[in-house]
Amino acid sequence: MKKSLLTLSALLLASAGMIFSQQINGAGATFPMPIYQKWFQDYNKAHPSVQINYGGGGSGAGISQLTNGTVDFGASDMPMKDDQIAKMKVKPLHFPTVMGAVVLTYNLAGVTSELKFTPETIAGIFMGSIKKWDDPKLAKDNPGVKFPGEEIIPVHRSDASGTTFVFTDYIAKVSPEFKSKVGADTKVAWPAEGLNGQGNPGVAGLVKQTPNSIGYVELIYAIQNKMSYGHVKNSAGTWVKPSLESVTEAASGAAKNMPADFRVSITNAPGKNAYPISSFTWLLIPSQIEDGAKGKIIVEFLKWMLADGQKETTALAYAPLPKEVVAKEEKQIAEIKVGGK
Amino acid sequence: MATAVRVDTPAKKADQAGDQIARLVVLIFAASIVLIAVLIVWVLWYDSAPSRHKLGWSFLTSSQWNPVTEQFGGLPFIFGTVVTSVLALLISVPLGVGSAIFLSELAPRRISDALTFLIELLAAIPSVIYGLLAIFTLVPLMRLYVEPFLRKVLGFLPLFQGIAYGVGTLTAGVILAVMTLPFIISVSRESLLAVPGEQREAALALGSTKWETTWQVVVPYARLGIMGAIFLGLARALGETMAVTMVIGNSTAIHASLFAPGNTIAAVIANEFAEATGDVYQGVLIELGLVLFCLTIILNGLARLMIIATTRKGSKRA
Amino acid sequence: MNRSLAWRKTVNAVMLGLTGVFTVITVSALFVILGYLLFNGGKSLDWNFFTKLPLSPGELGGGMANAIKGSAEIIGLAALIGIPVGFLAGVYLSEYESRAFASLVRYVADLLNGVPSIVIGIVAWTLVVVPTRTFSALAGAVALAIMLIPIVTRQTEQFLREVPNSLREASLALGAHKWRMIATVVVPAGSKGILTGMILGIARIAGETAPLLFTAFNNQFWSHGLTQPTATLPVQIYIRATSPYEDWHRQAWAAGLVLIGLVLLANILARLVLARGISVPRS
Repeated sequence: MKKSLLTLSALLLASAGMIFSQQINGAGATFPMPIYQKWFQDYNKAHPSVQINYGGGGSGAGISQLTNGTVDFGASDMPMKDDQIAKMKVKPLHFPTVMGAVVLTYNLAGVTSELKFTPETIAGIFMGSIKKWDDPKLAKDNPGVKFPGEEIIPVHRSDASGTTFVFTDYIAKVSPEFKSKVGADTKVAWPAEGLNGQGNPGVAGLVKQTPNSIGYVELIYAIQNKMSYGHVKNSAGTWVKPSLESVTEAASGAAKNMPADFRVSITNAPGKNAYPISSFTWLLIPSQIEDGAKGKIIVEFLKWMLADGQKETTALAYAPLPKEVVAKEEKQIAEIKVGGK
Repeated sequence: MATAVRVDTPAKKADQAGDQIARLVVLIFAASIVLIAVLIVWVLWYDSAPSRHKLGWSFLTSSQWNPVTEQFGGLPFIFGTVVTSVLALLISVPLGVGSAIFLSELAPRRISDALTFLIELLAAIPSVIYGLLAIFTLVPLMRLYVEPFLRKVLGFLPLFQGIAYGVGTLTAGVILAVMTLPFIISVSRESLLAVPGEQREAALALGSTKWETTWQVVVPYARLGIMGAIFLGLARALGETMAVTMVIGNSTAIHASLFAPGNTIAAVIANEFAEATGDVYQGVLIELGLVLFCLTIILNGLARLMIIATTRKGSKRA
Repeated sequence: MNRSLAWRKTVNAVMLGLTGVFTVITVSALFVILGYLLFNGGKSLDWNFFTKLPLSPGELGGGMANAIKGSAEIIGLAALIGIPVGFLAGVYLSEYESRAFASLVRYVADLLNGVPSIVIGIVAWTLVVVPTRTFSALAGAVALAIMLIPIVTRQTEQFLREVPNSLREASLALGAHKWRMIATVVVPAGSKGILTGMILGIARIAGETAPLLFTAFNNQFWSHGLTQPTATLPVQIYIRATSPYEDWHRQAWAAGLVLIGLVLLANILARLVLARGISVPRS
């Protein structure tokens, strides 16, 4: 009937289009989205016939769509759990791409200095035991800062988020109460209700517009939007400002002891100036790619990412991968089986 | 006068065949509409099976929403959908019926037509643009002026307590009100216009004021149609997705205060469908879609019946 | 009722005045909306918007060229699918009466009109995205076509019905067969209304966002062919409006202005073409 004729002609048109360029589709974490989109843009400039389209959507969406097979690769800031991997038809390989920092960004009128947060105050704010900005616990760590007597509005992620995982993983490590009450995952039942945003951009947007709010976002979102973000006291007792140096230091221990599947957490890492809420983020690549052309492109891109791509990270405040990790990943690229049915 | 002799020329035969083909073709295409509807119901029913079988009716009454632990309760979304729609109607029905009265009873015909034309343009504005406007104009307005004011004046009610976030259930209700207005006005106005002139003249002849005539004679006469308009508006409000999801705050809990963030069925599907892994999670969202579908079908069906009844009533009079 | 006349007259004046105020409020909502869009969109609209691809967040100078093309493609394909179906179904309803079946089709078409667009998105996802294992312009077009069909059907039926029967009878009397009569006499007579119905339907689906969210998805680049994820104006507005970047907000306003400009233009044109004294009834 007419519909099938149209579908047929549409498919013919589509396949004609494919001759001219190859499109690869990915979705997932918004934590590294700025650097990923820059990479794919620059890679497209260097290789005009390759379009790698990255849709964001959050780590949960990345894993979900990779499982459904509607995208060619996924991205997540939370290493996949064993049961998630079991659900996939083709085993995914984790490729760390960069390290980033989850920062506490806030909107407080009149407060221009960078606030200092301890594990206790962070846990308190997000569990609801610290309700107002002028709480003595906050005042103690921030002498001289004039806090308003307003209620704190926490802003969380509404979607399944690797950024949420990194943040809750950290708090669970430093606060046993948080660990038992809330736990660490891509979505948790936050005791202190507040607002919820879609993706890192959504949270950043809400914090920017809502006075007296505080949210957790990747560093670059706070920087690009000229939002204030706080220092955090790490396990060594130092007040650490989130930066690519402090993130690199947090990853240095893991770099030497990187497990074979690259699934590791670097929150609350030891190190004098290590930023405690740091994380790797991973591209999830199927270990077997049927489409030969797509597989070849993905492999070439991964090689580029580990070499030239790493040079672009610092401009967006992401820490480049340690050399040991890069070497191990280059070996893992060989494990991707391309083509053949 | 020659007697007509039937001669079946080839041209005539072709025409007859043409008729049969034509009839078949249009019949097929008309049937395809029914096919599409059946397909929609089938997809919704079949794909929500995993969640319906696993969770049963408790899904609709539970309010625990934790996809990670596979706990799904649809109540917050059903609640939010109902609350925002009711809020929207509370604002748009008085505004809408009032405007419809003005447009049908008071305004001269040409002005009424022109104004109605403009109002109907409001219905053509896409939802995402209402959302765009709401984020940058309505939300700050609510946060800085309207919600603090309501809290000051009506703060003894739990409905108006709590932090004025700007985004939230109340804001979603307001933007929905603006979006349902043109529907309510358009259909109500036509129902009012369908009321025969003799009714008005009789009331006026008995000494009623214009308002009394309108309120006590014309509006009751058209009440079925106005009810239909309200049902149509409600159905529209229930299904609105973009404008709502951009200002409602995407919470998964039920709050007493209208200032608090909320969620609706349409908004949660829009936000979480792309990340729903597994048959049950997807099934749950599709089941919510099924609930929404049934609600809107019932409301639309009732609305159509009411509107048909009104126009038929109006035209019965000689 | 022994209310004094003066009281009743006061109530009369107040209530009627109130209805006028309500009307003013409603109509001014339209102008407020248009005003904001014109102001914010107008100052953000530039040549880049129409010609450049989106850039990664933080980089200035990007545009929505691919979204404009994507929207055009998807709407075009949806029209290609939906208009013939809707038109012919409308012809059936108007010209070939079979009481029960026609009433069923008519009723179903009306109900389909009211189905929330997000639900239609789910259906298109199941029917197209899942089997083809990719987001695509085709899936988006299927979703929009499902929304377009009932609109075109009812509009076509309505305007064909308004063609006077005398035209039909005259044509039949001259010896034309039914299909010829319909094709050469009735449809041309009702063509003005039918065309406006199609324009209104297209304007309606042009602004739809929800059904595209998980069918056409989004694309940073040009989408080649119809089986790739495609950027569209409404989805881009949504993504940018909810982001924190000022530059993206500007672009959202610009896109909003373009979209509403096209939609309103189509609506105004369609209704003026009809140029009737009464408002065009909603289908």
